[in-house]
Amino acid sequence: MAVTGAVLVLFLVAHMLGNLKIFLGADSFNHYAEWLRTMGSPALPNRTLLTITEIVLTLAVVLHMWSAVSLARRAAKARPVKYAARRRSQASGYATHTMRYGGVIILLFVIWHLLDMTFGVVNPEGGDATPYARMVAGFQPSRWWVTLFYLVAMVMVGFHLRHGLWSAFQTLGLARRYRALKAGAGAVAAVLVVGFLAAPVAVMIGVVK
Amino acid sequence: MNLTLKIWRQNGPADRGRMVTYRVEDVSPDMSFLEMLDVLNERLILEGDEPVAFDHDCREGICGMCGMVINGVAHGEQRATTTCQLHMRHFEDGATITIEPWRAAPFPVVKDLVVDRSSFDRIIQAGGFVSVPAGSAPDAHAVPVPKKDADAAFDAATCIGCGACVAACPNGSASLFTAAKITHLGLLPQGQPERASRARAMVEQMDAEGFGGCTNTGECTAVCPKGIPLDTIARMNADYLKAASK
Repeated sequence: MAVTGAVLVLFLVAHMLGNLKIFLGADSFNHYAEWLRTMGSPALPNRTLLTITEIVLTLAVVLHMWSAVSLARRAAKARPVKYAARRRSQASGYATHTMRYGGVIILLFVIWHLLDMTFGVVNPEGGDATPYARMVAGFQPSRWWVTLFYLVAMVMVGFHLRHGLWSAFQTLGLARRYRALKAGAGAVAAVLVVGFLAAPVAVMIGVVK
Repeated sequence: MNLTLKIWRQNGPADRGRMVTYRVEDVSPDMSFLEMLDVLNERLILEGDEPVAFDHDCREGICGMCGMVINGVAHGEQRATTTCQLHMRHFEDGATITIEPWRAAPFPVVKDLVVDRSSFDRIIQAGGFVSVPAGSAPDAHAVPVPKKDADAAFDAATCIGCGACVAACPNGSASLFTAAKITHLGLLPQGQPERASRARAMVEQMDAEGFGGCTNTGECTAVCPKGIPLDTIARMNADYLKAASK
């Protein structure tokens, strides 16, 4: 969980910074998308680094889910008889209890998001339009339900990171100074949620056209 | 105080078991939870019924024998308290209280509220010791221990092995118990020679017993009657990863 999660967090940070290029205008954003494909060129063929990144990310997602499923199955086996009284959480932290169902919501979101922004299948502009046009078309006020889904998914990502970030340090045996560690996890999660939601909300309210 | 108790009754390991409702009247708020159950049991015996079986020994909160899940919380909602030290004044008159045994596959129910915690013994046998020449007692100052390490080791050593951590964990993990023992011995100079092999052997035994995996929910430390901190689990993970990578 910890190692694959760390890979995915690094991706999220890069992805969020890339997204913010939308505020620098259509040319800057489209140029950035083009650069992702031509990284390392001409030394390397186009898409080399991008394909490697895609493979690493896919592997990380699959292994992350495999770890989660095996942990859940071990948990079910370790407690075959459930408690009759509703188990009331004694530890603080709402985020901790969203990890499993939140992870499923995030997975559904990622599938939709790829169909929307990468392949353009469910995007009004389709896959041939520029990335900027797809982004602007995708979050029009008339498609408010898409933006709402993104919002819910990003809040889930935030909860996931709030627990996942400090938890990764704990699992790898690196956790020290818990108060600072958990506050740091909360801050990083909040920055990522705000950063990711900035673009869809800006499009919806018409700041980015 | 008058109370309604819903208690798990199970005749033996093979019995299916069920919740049975009892009324207990004239309970003093100054009674401990176990004394309240004693009152119920005396009445059950007089009426010719089988008394409710539960584990207990010192009734001072230091032996680790007692423990039951009270209203869904291991040892009840009072923090840092064993069931024997929990007093009835923390309950409302007329309340309904649900009482269940620790629930975990590696803790099979022996009878009613009594579970078999031999799996903990086997985790200790796997590495929860230091191999030292057991001659006469050494001088107290023969091996200097920094005060900070001694305190942290002692905090971990206060674990009484009651099993509340397992009972409270949504994953049924025994990480807090195992980590307490690994931390207690691993922080002291006498524990260094076996530090790596101990962490490895104890973690592997814990997994072999069928306990779940830790997902850092923190439920264990919240119900722990001794307040064993979560950083013991980080230390266990660090020692285990170091041992496993060798």
